[in-house]
Amino acid sequence: MKKNKMLVRDLNLYYMDFQALKKINLDIETNRITALIGPSGCGKSTFLRVLNRMNDLIDGVRIEGSVFLDEEDIYRPEVDVVALRKRVGMVFQRPNPFPMSVYDNVAYGPRVHGIRNKNRLDEIVEHSLRSAALWDEIRDRLFKSALGLSGGQQQRVCIARLLAIEPEVVLMDEPSSALDPISTLKVEELIQILKQEYTIVIVTHNMQQAARVSDLTAFFLNGEIVEFSITDEIFTRPKDQRTEDYITGRFG
Amino acid sequence: MSTRAAFDKALKELQQDILRMASLVEQAVYDSVQSLVKVDVTEASQVIIGDDMIDKLFLEIEEKCIKIIATQQPIARDLRIVITGMKILLNLERMADHAVDIARSAMCLSGQTLTVKPLEYIPQMARLTQQMIKDGLDSYVQSDIEKASAMCALDDDVDYIFAQVFRELINCMMENPEVVMQSTYLLHVCRYLERIADHATNIGEEVIYLVTGEHKELN
Ligand SMILES: Nc1ncnc2c1ncn2[C@@H]1O[C@H](COP(=O)(O)OP(=O)(O)OP(=O)(O)O)[C@@H](O)[C@H]1O
Ligand SMILES: [Mg+2]
Repeated sequence: MKKNKMLVRDLNLYYMDFQALKKINLDIETNRITALIGPSGCGKSTFLRVLNRMNDLIDGVRIEGSVFLDEEDIYRPEVDVVALRKRVGMVFQRPNPFPMSVYDNVAYGPRVHGIRNKNRLDEIVEHSLRSAALWDEIRDRLFKSALGLSGGQQQRVCIARLLAIEPEVVLMDEPSSALDPISTLKVEELIQILKQEYTIVIVTHNMQQAARVSDLTAFFLNGEIVEFSITDEIFTRPKDQRTEDYITGRFG
Repeated sequence: MSTRAAFDKALKELQQDILRMASLVEQAVYDSVQSLVKVDVTEASQVIIGDDMIDKLFLEIEEKCIKIIATQQPIARDLRIVITGMKILLNLERMADHAVDIARSAMCLSGQTLTVKPLEYIPQMARLTQQMIKDGLDSYVQSDIEKASAMCALDDDVDYIFAQVFRELINCMMENPEVVMQSTYLLHVCRYLERIADHATNIGEEVIYLVTGEHKELN
């Protein structure tokens, strides 16, 4: 297994003539949790979208530099973007289950990818829900609408839906900002378990959360990475004063 | 403008509290040594009684630190301020206990006239020790690691005097069995002062940790 799952090299990103990311270099380590922190508007979500080419969907975006997934540049024109997004999946801030049953939510991806066998689908659904730490809570409600679940459960359905397509990298953009403290802790615990199998990049505004869950932390400011280091180091003795000011809440 | 004004105020207050505690401890050390040199039982008992107040203050400030941690969840330098604050407090509290030990020795010597020559070293050792406490706290307030290191270097002088007193007191005892009792007490007192200086050194190390985030052994 390679040390680094993804590499970002000299990456610049422009929305028309506004440069949102400036010369970003970052190594994303395999089976580690990398947290991205920084003030609103510093480019965290933009950067996350760079990693699975979600910015392709936005007009006027221009990108320079390279991003490697297992040593292959994902921005080469011949790359199959759908296949890429299967390997590098994303969980969003607000739980966004489809308006259908829990089962159909989780089976959605595998079906799209051509799996029709009922037993096989049952297996995938159970395994994904177990991995998302939701199976025991929800096994009796598999065929009820996912919209009827609590926020924390909905978010875990979304995570299960993502796991069902067996991604290699999981991108999470503030996955628990809409959740209550208990659901948040459940999602955090889940993330810890997931890292055994997946490489995870998580954006969070919650400093304590970044400190609790991540192995590595990158501090973004105005489209640049100011500091990137082992999480313990960032939260005990950051090297850059701007990092210290931000994490201790003395910003601006 | 700080976005955490209330928190910053609490940290500032903590520093003030620690300084208050330090000045009480410094005074207790001074008084205890005075009570010993003069064999003044009244002064010695005041030191012993005064220690209750120091203990109470210690608990009070410790409680504040716990509250800050629980409610503000400090990290990075903020966390170091609180943690080093608690450790400095702990060291001060131990110093005060040693001041009590010295005062107790003074009481045990009640009625005696101290005649041994090495007695003259004790105020000298006490001055150095007090200087260390003062410099330690100054270096804390000013985040001055050079001052902290310089203060810790004084510990060698204290150790040197202690070794000197030790040798001379042994000689006194061998020459004249009548001074064995007072010499033994004085030996203890020197030992307490030497321990107080060690606690001051710990404070210096805490200051260096506070400023740099790295632990450094200084004695
Ligand atoms: N589609 C877009 N078109 C133009 N500018 C954009 C677009 N999306 C984001 N930006 C700008 O790019 C910068 C980075 O935005 P981004 O959403 O990546 O920030 P963020 O760090 O995720 O912020 P938040 O913490 O608030 O989610 C901001 O200045 C934003 O206004
Ligand atoms: Mg964002």
